[in-house]
Amino acid sequence: MSAPILTKDPVVKDRRPRRPRAGAPHLPDGEFGKNLRRNITAHGFLIGAVLCFAFFSWYPIVREFLLAFQKTEDGNVSWVGWDNFVTVWNDPAFGQAWRNTLWFTVLALILGFVVPFVTALIINEFRHGQGYLRLLVYLPVMLPPTASVLLFKYLYDPGYGMFNEMLGVFGVPAQQWLQDPDTAMLSVVVASTWMNMGGATLIYLAALQGVPGELYEAAELDGAGLLRKVWHVTVPQTRLILLLMLLMQIIATMQVFIEPFLLTGGAGPEGSTTTVVYLIYQYAFNFNNYGAAAALGLLLLVLLAGFSAVYTRLNRAEQD
Amino acid sequence: MRRARFRRTRRAGAVTLASALTLTALAACGTSSSSDDDGDNGSGNSAKADPAAPLDPKTKVSITIDCMPPAAKAAELRQWNEDVKEFNKKYPNVSIKGRSTPGQCLEPPRFTAMLKAKSQPDVFYTYFTDLPQVLDNDGAQDITAYVNDKSVPLLKDIDPDVLSSLKKDGKLYGLPTSNYRMGLLINRKLFTEAGLDPDTPPETWEEVRTAAKKIADLGGGVAGFGEYSAANTGGWHFTAQMYSLGGDVVDASGKKAAFNDATGKQVAENLHAMRWDDDSMGKTQLLKWGDLQKQIATDKLGMFLAAPDDVTYMVQQLGAKYENFGMGPIPGGENTLAGGNNYMIKQGISADKVKASIAWLNFKFTTVGKGQYDWKRSKADALPVGLPQPNLWLNGSKTKDDAARKEFATMPVENFKAFTDNPVPGKAEPPKAQEIYKVLDNVMSGILTNKDADIGKLLSTAESQVNKVLATQ
Repeated sequence: MSAPILTKDPVVKDRRPRRPRAGAPHLPDGEFGKNLRRNITAHGFLIGAVLCFAFFSWYPIVREFLLAFQKTEDGNVSWVGWDNFVTVWNDPAFGQAWRNTLWFTVLALILGFVVPFVTALIINEFRHGQGYLRLLVYLPVMLPPTASVLLFKYLYDPGYGMFNEMLGVFGVPAQQWLQDPDTAMLSVVVASTWMNMGGATLIYLAALQGVPGELYEAAELDGAGLLRKVWHVTVPQTRLILLLMLLMQIIATMQVFIEPFLLTGGAGPEGSTTTVVYLIYQYAFNFNNYGAAAALGLLLLVLLAGFSAVYTRLNRAEQD
Repeated sequence: MRRARFRRTRRAGAVTLASALTLTALAACGTSSSSDDDGDNGSGNSAKADPAAPLDPKTKVSITIDCMPPAAKAAELRQWNEDVKEFNKKYPNVSIKGRSTPGQCLEPPRFTAMLKAKSQPDVFYTYFTDLPQVLDNDGAQDITAYVNDKSVPLLKDIDPDVLSSLKKDGKLYGLPTSNYRMGLLINRKLFTEAGLDPDTPPETWEEVRTAAKKIADLGGGVAGFGEYSAANTGGWHFTAQMYSLGGDVVDASGKKAAFNDATGKQVAENLHAMRWDDDSMGKTQLLKWGDLQKQIATDKLGMFLAAPDDVTYMVQQLGAKYENFGMGPIPGGENTLAGGNNYMIKQGISADKVKASIAWLNFKFTTVGKGQYDWKRSKADALPVGLPQPNLWLNGSKTKDDAARKEFATMPVENFKAFTDNPVPGKAEPPKAQEIYKVLDNVMSGILTNKDADIGKLLSTAESQVNKVLATQ
């Protein structure tokens, strides 16, 4: 079969170039339509994705903004201005929840930032069996979070938990890990770090393996020991990924919920593990006060968004 | 050209008409249950004329009912279907359409959403504490005029305390299906092993403390007495203990906390002493609903405050045996926390639907020997028979029902004799209950997790927090 003969289109008579409309980008005739036809499958997929995002992500975000200024406790939804924020502000648990969340974030940064980085450094030093070690470190991430948390609940149990059994071997008296207001949050952070460090470790490891070997060789020639090599070569070379991970970790830890909820029933001893997200959960699902829940959620969102913006700006300025 | 335009116009018109019809049909579907005249009430006019008259057996009407047992509860579902058949012998034209919910029948978030969307069934399930929320949403029909000794013949024998939870300003908004009053649940095996008499559970908090110590002395990680202190259940039980000593958590005005007094201190000090001086409450704390049940079902706990239906949960879900448990009245015995469930009828449905709903509720839930009170059938279906609750009855109905429970019991009913023979007045939950419980969780967790807890400070902090909660009503 021969190729079709291309002839002039008899229907199109007027071939003078048209003047583009004011303000509209100039597109050659039929360009948009052609593009649309050529990428019809891609557009089909795109529409699906946009609809899904619109329905399940963007609409709830917009709704959250609206809900924060509405009252939904009686039959009719009504606008109440800042009332929900006042309610949340006056809640006795408000201050405690923020203090606890910040305390969790600080502890999680100390443990959850340093431990995966040091682990990645150690794994990076191994010449053989790195794949194995990577798998071992990543295994806890593959467990369902609830299973991991319940595992730690057993380990921490003051009556029959493994941690106290181990301490007993050395003659150390049993500890009230989750039951003591002073140690409850730290215990939660330890469990959380164990559960989540696998992913961070792999990212650090990838960053470490991108550091050129000759830099270490040069440092060694200058007489640098291990710590100096880490401080003067590794850290500057992986600085960007470290900053990014720090930012992501802060955002993630400020939203902590599952670990305290399952380990200490949410509030914890004397409210020592009540977090902001747990308080949001309480408003929404225990008190049916969706307006207050949305208001508190909005406060958290604004704080995290503001923090992210400032941090990104600082980061960009530093790069320039 | 004109023809083409006309065709387009005609097509557009047809589409518009079809859309309008579809929308109308959808709208009609959405509001059919709230319509006052949905075409299936053959004698609707007469019914409207006299709400006090029972449903005419010839009436053709269809009603939707919440909480039909799910397929997983095979025996309960079979009983439901049998009851529908039996009911239809008298009312052949009443169509009962059950709606089943897997798991817990009433989940507060789902319930709230349902009320707001006005999508509740014609007959919907509620807790005793739900009435204010339902009325705020204009959800329930005032059925005062419909409920009388003709439509509910045993009305006079229903415990007035139970009925009062369904009333507001003298108007009745539902019919009860079950009720509970909290008591002291004991593990008979551990009581016997500790040299205690399981037929006479402790009646005072001092006796509880002594018994708990004896049971804990058995060793092997056994706790004598257990308490919750997480997920709002700690506050709930602190409230129950306050009631048991004649105290309260909120004063009569409903505006001020009332637990920071001698009674509150007594409750807190007793628990602190049991936990730390006697070491009789186990080392694991921050427990919530379900945790103590697991402990007592596995013979690791001697006693805790519970309602009789906890025993059903322990037997059916945790594999425990009925004969291992017994109940006494709540120690202290001044008041006990009471609660339960009921059905309400959706506001705005036709008078005949209301009458049919009441006829069904009466048949299924408030007739001795029928429906849920058909103990002979429950025994045949291997369901629990012999628990002291639900017990809505007084007078002759109580005598008759108690006798049937005993006759068809699937468990030793005498194990609950101490509880049934010593009824304690029931008292409802405080206003803003869940928010107050959240605050009081801190008191409970403080006492049970901190040996050096400052009880005075815990109570006064909680008092100021509860006052703030109540001030924002």
